[in-house]
Parts: sequence; C-alpha cells; structure tokens
Amino acid sequence: MTAWQTKLTETFGDACKFETFRDNIRCDVRTERFLEVMKNLRAQGFDLLLDVTGIDYLHYPKAADRYGVVYSLVNTESGERAYIKVRLNDPDPAVPSVYSIWKGCDWMERETYDMFGIVFEGHPDLRRILMPEEFTSFPLRKDYPLRGRGERHNFPTVLRSDG
Amino acid sequence: MAAKFPDFLVTKLDWVANLGRANSLWPMPFATACCGIELMATASSRYDIARFGAEAMRFSPRQCDLMIVAGRVVMKMVPVMQRIWQQMPEPKWCISMGACASSGGVFDTYAVVQGIDRFIPVDVYVPGCPPRPEQLLRAVIDLQEKVRRTGTIDAREFADRKTYEGPANLARQIAPEDTMMVPGDFTTATRLRD
Repeated sequence: MTAWQTKLTETFGDACKFETFRDNIRCDVRTERFLEVMKNLRAQGFDLLLDVTGIDYLHYPKAADRYGVVYSLVNTESGERAYIKVRLNDPDPAVPSVYSIWKGCDWMERETYDMFGIVFEGHPDLRRILMPEEFTSFPLRKDYPLRGRGERHNFPTVLRSDG
Repeated sequence: MAAKFPDFLVTKLDWVANLGRANSLWPMPFATACCGIELMATASSRYDIARFGAEAMRFSPRQCDLMIVAGRVVMKMVPVMQRIWQQMPEPKWCISMGACASSGGVFDTYAVVQGIDRFIPVDVYVPGCPPRPEQLLRAVIDLQEKVRRTGTIDAREFADRKTYEGPANLARQIAPEDTMMVPGDFTTATRLRD
C-alpha cells in the first residue's frame, strides 16, 4: 500500500476499492463520494489530470454497471500515478465534474460527454466537442452500430448546375 | 524561302477558351490526409505538375478552377467542402483523389462520408491509397482532355446538369439489417480469460 492508498482507506473506508495490475494502481470509487475522493487526492499532491475517458460495459461479461469513467492522475513531485474509476448507469449517467479541482478536465470531459453521453454535473460548458452540434446519438456506446445510423449522409447535395 | 503564313486564323471561341483553360488549370488543394502529401510531391520537382500547366496552387477558392479533394472527408467537413466548392468561380472541375475521397476507403465509420460525389459533383476519380503522383498527373491529363472535349466559353455545358450525378445506390437510408452491431458476446473475442 502506498501512502495515498492508506490515506484514502482511512478517510473513505470501503468507498474506495483498490486493485493492482503490474505497477498500475486502480481505485474504484463509489459515485456518491467521488468528488471528495478527488479533492483528497489533489490535496495529497496529485496535481495533474492526464486523461478522462469512458468505458461502455454493455455485454461485458460479469459487468454489474453500464458505464465507467476513468481518471488518470499524476503526482508530478513523486511521479506516482493513480487511476480512478467511477461506475454509472442508465438512464442518466452523471458524475460530478472535477473542473473545480483540475481546470484541464474541460475538453476531456466534453469529449467523454460527446462519445458516451455521460453528463458531468457542474461543467461550465458541456457541449459536443468532436461531433457536430446537431448529432443526436453517442457513437462510442456499444449499442451504436459500427457503421453509423446514417447521420453522415444527412447533408444536401450540391448539383453541378448550382455553381 | 520562308513559308508564307496568313495574317489571321479562323477558329471557334470555345476552342480558344478550352486551349487556355485546359493548359492552365489552377488547383485548389483540399488536402485533408495523406493524399495531400502525394499532392505536394506531384507539385515538386521530381514529378513537376508544372509540365501540365497546373502548378499554380492557390489556397483561395476564388482564384481556382480545379478542386483536388485529397483525403478522407468527415461529416463535419462536408459543409466546408461544399462552401469552398461554391466559392470557386465557373468554370470549375473536381478531382477526387484517393480511395477515401472517392468511396470512404477503409474508414467505414459513423463520421466519414462514403465518397464526396454524394455531396459535390466529381469529374475525375483517382484510385489508390494514396495514389502515386503519376496517377494524379494522369488525372490532370484526363481532365484536360475532358475540358477540351466538353468545354464552352460561357460554361453553358454545366447549366442543364440539374440532377444528382452521384452513385445511384445511396447509403443515405441504411436498412436496419445492414447496420453492423457490436457483437453481443465478448467471451469469443481475444481477451485474457480468468
């Protein structure tokens, strides 16, 4: 157990479940206490949010929850890394935004919203970032067909005589 | 003794216009992917598109009469591409360079359009992934031939092309049975078993 793991366990008890694969330390956090855990980690020196991304566990063997959101944190002083995961479910997958802690989460949360439809509550400007504004579905969800629903063909055609 | 030439020449205005247009096409490089690199190579000294009078690449569509779409076009880019095409003055032509621009190529995903000819008119298609510079030069030569054969001085050959000229079998309506879903059971996929 590293120092930050011990501290999290002392503070949050079984709201944080740890798992280690090779030198990756992952922490599964209960959604209710997610923001507190992130604030605690920031106070412990995890000052860089590297990545925010989503996972859709639809059809995944033995998966209890539909979505996961993974946060990669780095302590730039000690070089330690932490992978924090929260699990969400339909119909309203929502997680508090960490914008108040790491400003850099802005576009990464927007991308996760764009691709998975996960709402980050408290995000100052939660809009689509990659797909066009009028796009209605979330293409990285597993129930979205691989070849699309035809959105890419919904444009008017310019005829040769239009000039 | 030198031959005696007449002081005047009788020809058609269309022929004169085509002579000028075909031999000085001004390309608008709409390069979105790796085909753009081959497009640059075509313009460089080894392949030298200037031999065919098409070396004056301008990045303003207002100055161009040949759009070369080089690379995949995503759905967010389609309105931009159409706007650029419409900003080009008549007469104008379009080369769809490479597999992606012509058909979507390997990018059969939700975001990439399956051929630009569904959205703008295309005159010459260049296959290849990416095409060799020689293939692009061939396309320019073919387009010159097309200009010479069909061009008119007031571009009236375009006026009556009021119908859609793209592929007849539009993927616009994808039937439910044609949409490929993610397989439901991941236990058959390659993954570590516990």
